[in-house]
Amino acid sequence: MLTLLIAIPLVAAVAILLGACAKKTALAAVAANLVLTLVLLVQNYGAPGYQATASTPLIPALGLSYSVGVDGLSLLMLLLTAIVGFAAVWVAPHPEKLERYPGLYYACLLFIIAGATGAFASLDLFFFYAFHELALIPTFLLIGIWGSGDRITAAWKVTIYLALGSFVLLIGLLALYFSIPEAARTFSIPALQTLAAAGSIPQTPWIYLTILLGFGVLISLFPFHTWAPQAYASAPAPAAMLHAGVLKKFGLYGLLRVGLPLMPQAAQHWTNLLLILLVGNILYVGLATIAQKRLDSMLGYSSVMHMGYIFLGIAAFNPIGLTGAALLIFAHGLSIAILFAITGFVRDRTGSLEFTKLGGLAKPMPFLGFTFGLAAFASVGLPGFANFPAEMSVFFGTFAHAGDGLAFSNFQVAGIAALWGLVISAVYMLRGYRAAFLGETGKRWVGLADLSFCARPAIIFLLAATMIAGFRPQLLVNLVKPTVKGILQNQTSLSAK
Amino acid sequence: MNPLSLDLAVLALGLVLVFLEAFNDGKEKAFLGWIATAGIGVIFALSFLVSPQEIVATQLVPFYTADPLAIFFKRFALGTTLIVLIIAIEFRPILSHYLPASVRNGGVAEFFALPVFTCLGLMWMASAVDFIMIFVSLELVTISFYVLVAYMRRNNPSLEAGTKYLILSALSTGFFVYGITWIFGVTGKTNLGAVGQAILSLPVENQTALLFGLALLLVGLGFKIAAVPFQLWVPDVYQGAPTPITAFLSVGSKAAGFVLLIRILDPFIKAPATSGKVQLVLVALALLSLVYGNLTAMPQLNLKRLLAYSSIAHAGYLLMALASFQNGHFKQTTVSFYLAGYLLMTLLAFLVMVVVNRVAGGDSIAHFNGLGQRAPWLAFGLTVAMLSLAGIPFTAGFMGKFFVFADAVEAHQWLLVVVGIVTVGAGFYYYLKVVRAMYWNPAKNNEPIQAGRLTQVTVGVLVFLIVALGVYPQPVLDLLK
Repeated sequence: MLTLLIAIPLVAAVAILLGACAKKTALAAVAANLVLTLVLLVQNYGAPGYQATASTPLIPALGLSYSVGVDGLSLLMLLLTAIVGFAAVWVAPHPEKLERYPGLYYACLLFIIAGATGAFASLDLFFFYAFHELALIPTFLLIGIWGSGDRITAAWKVTIYLALGSFVLLIGLLALYFSIPEAARTFSIPALQTLAAAGSIPQTPWIYLTILLGFGVLISLFPFHTWAPQAYASAPAPAAMLHAGVLKKFGLYGLLRVGLPLMPQAAQHWTNLLLILLVGNILYVGLATIAQKRLDSMLGYSSVMHMGYIFLGIAAFNPIGLTGAALLIFAHGLSIAILFAITGFVRDRTGSLEFTKLGGLAKPMPFLGFTFGLAAFASVGLPGFANFPAEMSVFFGTFAHAGDGLAFSNFQVAGIAALWGLVISAVYMLRGYRAAFLGETGKRWVGLADLSFCARPAIIFLLAATMIAGFRPQLLVNLVKPTVKGILQNQTSLSAK
Repeated sequence: MNPLSLDLAVLALGLVLVFLEAFNDGKEKAFLGWIATAGIGVIFALSFLVSPQEIVATQLVPFYTADPLAIFFKRFALGTTLIVLIIAIEFRPILSHYLPASVRNGGVAEFFALPVFTCLGLMWMASAVDFIMIFVSLELVTISFYVLVAYMRRNNPSLEAGTKYLILSALSTGFFVYGITWIFGVTGKTNLGAVGQAILSLPVENQTALLFGLALLLVGLGFKIAAVPFQLWVPDVYQGAPTPITAFLSVGSKAAGFVLLIRILDPFIKAPATSGKVQLVLVALALLSLVYGNLTAMPQLNLKRLLAYSSIAHAGYLLMALASFQNGHFKQTTVSFYLAGYLLMTLLAFLVMVVVNRVAGGDSIAHFNGLGQRAPWLAFGLTVAMLSLAGIPFTAGFMGKFFVFADAVEAHQWLLVVVGIVTVGAGFYYYLKVVRAMYWNPAKNNEPIQAGRLTQVTVGVLVFLIVALGVYPQPVLDLLK
């Protein structure tokens, strides 16, 4: 079943490259994936342990096999992938409007979706890693061929940054693998988790640091974030939606799936470092976001900044913090996808995204103006959208770490710094919204067409998803509860020893 | 089936080709290329009926072994030659252009016959476990390369390449023979097994002489595998030689060099007195090759030259695997698998290059602009080759790098690992430059590029193998058991 989920977009991509009708095939594939994911979700909702598993040994001598399976956390990620993937293909421009290689455009999108799906469904370290890398080249092509602005620099930067980050990660994972006694070595994630619970994985601090930095580059952790804003600003809208919304979350998922459960004690070693870096994400990048003069680069920076909150939840390392982090991964994925989709539509119509040139766009384009406003509110963290409960949980998780006596703990200091981030994000989002959509409508923009009716469902669909999660966060909390419990169990059983 | 029969079959095929050429004076000789290709193809298929036989080495002929490594590299040589011949068929129109016009079709046939003899040399080398046998087979390979590199007589770069290769290769052979004499002088043996035993009981005062001999051998082999600092010949020779021969050099010659390294160094890493020193030299060679190869490849504008530097870089990764030996055992599977992947992706790149060169008239990266529109299938093939060379997952190239880095991590060669990561990043840049040319940049004209049927099928087979080995490498690993 999970293999099918990975295979559908791959087969569709190959079919498109061989000449099948691009848009219809791609839409059919992502729709099928969405339905399949929902079925999986309903079937395995709240079940403990890994479900729908399948495994084929590939290199027995190394303990390497192709194996897939899902638990609550991976279901959440698959759901995010399916929703954003569906919307991204929906809003992608009609093949006839693309000057060059229309088929390749859709094939690249499908490859990214397949890569993300594979990474989230894999239960083998090798495939978990390899599937993520599958998305690297499609991103390079999408930005390079169809990007806007300084697309050439952006494409090179994102590709080389991510390739290097991935290899650092690979070395970390290999070092982890070889630190285990020879007889027990395996790439299987469940087997590794059993080993970790039994205390058979050495908790070497520098190995965790390598893994953290590898994932950190992929997540755009400060100071390795400079690839992200540029790439997202230049990428075509569907690519930015998929990358910022889904693919970047791979690193966070990796920390929750591999980093923390396998090396909980080594992780403790670097908590203070992580706290410092994530405050850098929130405050430094946040201030940089305010300074942006274009809508697309403002969104690019904002997506980097929001990673700080997710890291905060992960650093807190308690049930409520981890749950908040998982929820925020989902919530941020949806809200940033809406924002990038709308930005893409605006760019198609105005040809420019500079704040000084835009203004009053909500008048000719009420639908885009209204939905952008909602998504901006979601991104800032207003109640009613998924981001609100998620960020709340993260902050509760952070403050639960009390200091000695009256003194603040490092967590609380970082939490307070991060709370200022909320103000910062309100400042730039509202300023951006005002500059682009409110105020006097420029003469050039008076006759602009609003979003066509056939493109609207994609935006409404994403908004509905984030609002459902916002009003009923419990649905998602129950989904990831068993996973979070598992992660923390390893920690407590290890500390007991 | 006796492993030796494979060698003899290749020898017979080469002789048949020479005879056929002699009896078809002045006639069209393209069919010789097809006969050579078909013949090597059949022998390649037959090679899977041969099973490794340890016994040959110890009893009957002490200089010849048929262990799994030997059989693997015999197949490797046959597979390389097969694809090189296919590239040569595609290359024929360019070749005729640079041959003297006085004799009609003169010199075409030997272009197909000589690679068969080179293949024979490579196959013997894979089996050689005696310094004399190693030297003879090495000369067979090198001398046929002297002719092939300078084959395009009316093309100055080809002649320049031929001269450079001749002089530097002769020099390196001199080093190699001198090294053999020193080792023979110290141990009194030429058989590698016997040398290994002699080393273990060697008096301490003879150590220096032994290491001096080994250093000379490493100079000779460093030349073959294009490791830094013995790489100076590589860029000019690669660029000047006829493209099929460049492909042959970069894959066949390199693989042969690595087999010899494994065979010759094996006794030295088993002896506690020498193993540490060997490791030090290997690490140094690996570091230099990685850094030099990758950094110099970055600014290249000509694809052939870029692949020349990339071949130095790949020698670095292979040396990294060799340097990660543990407990007196080389990681033979890693080296062999890496070379198998390298064969597939490099030859695929050269194959596409020949077709594009025929139509676009050059090998510079700019000639590949807009290939995605002019020849989607070839562009896809070259993209897969480049991604595999760079190391994208689900390709043989990544699997190879995965094994190499795994070995280095296991052996705690952290310096190599760190430098390796940085150079991989550099690799992404220069390999993707080719992908960028094919898809981002528009072409000067959009006239489609047609490739022969055989070429198209070969591209498909190579792409399939690259992806298949990238997902499921076990069949190749099994070949070495």
